[in-house]
Amino acid sequence: MTSSKQALAHPAASADAAPGTPPGAARGAHGRGTPAGPDSWRSRLYRWDMKASPYAFVSPFFILFGAFTLVPLLYTAWYSLHNVQLSALDHQTWAGLDNYKNLWSSDFFWNALKNTLTIGVISTVPQLLAAIGLAHLLNYKLRGSTVWRVVMLTPYATSVAAATLVFTLLYSWDGGMVNWILHFFGVNPINWRESDWGSQFAVSSIVIWRWTGYNALIYLAAMQAIPTDLYESAAIDGANRWQQFRHVTIPQLRPTILFTVVVSTIGATQLFGEPLLFGGVSGSKGGSEHQYQTLGLYMYDQGWIIGNLGKASAIAWSMFLVLLIIAAVNLLLTRRLRKSQ
Amino acid sequence: MTTTELTLPRKAGRRRVMGAGKQLHAGPVAYVVLTVFALVSLAPLVWTAVAASRTDRRLAETPPPLWFGGNLFTNLQTAWDQAGLGTAMFNSVIVAGTITVSTVLFSTLAGFAFAKLRFRFSSLLLLLTIGTMMIPPQLAVVPLYLWMSDLGWSNQLQTVILPSLVTAFGTFFMRQYLVQALPTELIEAARVDGASSIRIVWHVVFPAARPAMAVLGLLTFVFAWNDFLWPIIALNQQNPTVQVALNSLGTGYVPDQAVIMAGALLGTLPLLIAFVLFGKQIVGGIMQGAIKG
Repeated sequence: MTSSKQALAHPAASADAAPGTPPGAARGAHGRGTPAGPDSWRSRLYRWDMKASPYAFVSPFFILFGAFTLVPLLYTAWYSLHNVQLSALDHQTWAGLDNYKNLWSSDFFWNALKNTLTIGVISTVPQLLAAIGLAHLLNYKLRGSTVWRVVMLTPYATSVAAATLVFTLLYSWDGGMVNWILHFFGVNPINWRESDWGSQFAVSSIVIWRWTGYNALIYLAAMQAIPTDLYESAAIDGANRWQQFRHVTIPQLRPTILFTVVVSTIGATQLFGEPLLFGGVSGSKGGSEHQYQTLGLYMYDQGWIIGNLGKASAIAWSMFLVLLIIAAVNLLLTRRLRKSQ
Repeated sequence: MTTTELTLPRKAGRRRVMGAGKQLHAGPVAYVVLTVFALVSLAPLVWTAVAASRTDRRLAETPPPLWFGGNLFTNLQTAWDQAGLGTAMFNSVIVAGTITVSTVLFSTLAGFAFAKLRFRFSSLLLLLTIGTMMIPPQLAVVPLYLWMSDLGWSNQLQTVILPSLVTAFGTFFMRQYLVQALPTELIEAARVDGASSIRIVWHVVFPAARPAMAVLGLLTFVFAWNDFLWPIIALNQQNPTVQVALNSLGTGYVPDQAVIMAGALLGTLPLLIAFVLFGKQIVGGIMQGAIKG
């Protein structure tokens, strides 16, 4: 059972396995001989094909990506300097930096930024720690190893909407499953929707539930690529299992860990669906006191509930700046860590 | 043909595992911890089905229902009608299907060019592709909304489809796969024989890329089916995708929570079925992407 998955993971292990067409096929079926003399139309066509086809192959990607991501990105910056109302889309007036100044002096913006960071940390850190532990366990020889992996990945297949609806009910204040289980441990019912940290924890738990298995598989893949002799020599030096994990596995995983930290950070910065649905009817506010209004929610609220698209554009670019700052800090920290070792 | 495709890499894979040998057998503690993780992963889904089968209008009672009631099909029917899940499912299949086909096709073409063809600026363009993976979708949403309104395309499916027709991730994924999986000699041999680039793509690249295309297709479908932000902005209740319909079910004033759970169950079911059928491939694909990414 493991082997076919291994085949997927290392398809290139056997170069001659290039599936499908055997080497002779292309030649046999379509061979028209080498192009004739240098000036024949066929050889000119051939050379033109050689030159142009790479561009033809990459152009759909760049055209579509440019049209629907890169150009809009610039236009968002442009709109963020304008007053654009949802109710009067054709009437756009220059606003300069007003939208940004507005954000700077808005408590809701800083609140959303703070919530995004808090929820980001309390969802990313436990998630990645659990994923490393889980990957370590999955890396043992297991009965039915594929079944375990598929089960761990199931939450990933669940949509944000479905997962959040379920968790919202699990976190009900009166008689929800979570509070009911907690009461066996003598914990008083927690108001998961209204309390500050309770609601943030609840939203984070949805993120953790959906993504831990996914990250575990990424770590597992990296663990399986670690050469065994590293463990053997560590064992010869008398390292026990924990020391091996600490001094061989973790350092070898460092690039992968950095990768997952970056990806999770990007995900956390954009957090939107979970808090929106967790809030129910007034979802875009992020709770009665904006306890869990993230930047993503704040943008949606300002843009499409209140109808100020210029301000929404300014929020979008602020999010991007925050992301870049976090990425830079990440980079600096890893550089530091690498130097200090 | 299929057999050679499957057996050759499988043997190679087994040899590698042997090489990586010394894997320790999991002890009882590992099994216990894994079982707990597995329960946490599955319990919310199972409980969704339990809640969806109850008759209680409000499920928030003490103790919460722990076993199935007899109302599953009535609730599914009600959720189906109330959230317009028929239209929504149809729309989601169209949207996710189109996005999947186009993403796989264009990613394979671009991935092949980046992996095996020499052209000016290729490394610069590849770097650009990788760099753009960091751009949050929020940054494109306002202009897209304005343009689609201008075109009179609000609430129409092409609004949701167009911006997702390609992904930087897909291009990079295919490139990483093809660099190793597609022998350069094979392309050169076809070239010497005078095969045009399109012929080579059709007869050499596509067959070699098929396993990765399947994995990318599954990942893209999951992603497109679950996409939330842009569909919510671009579509309304009259013409929703499944996620938009679920959102309206959850944020509406439906008092019957068993019905809401039935809706959540229905919205996840297609992917869960796909997962039971192709879970192994998806797992393999994620691990493969991770190694080479």
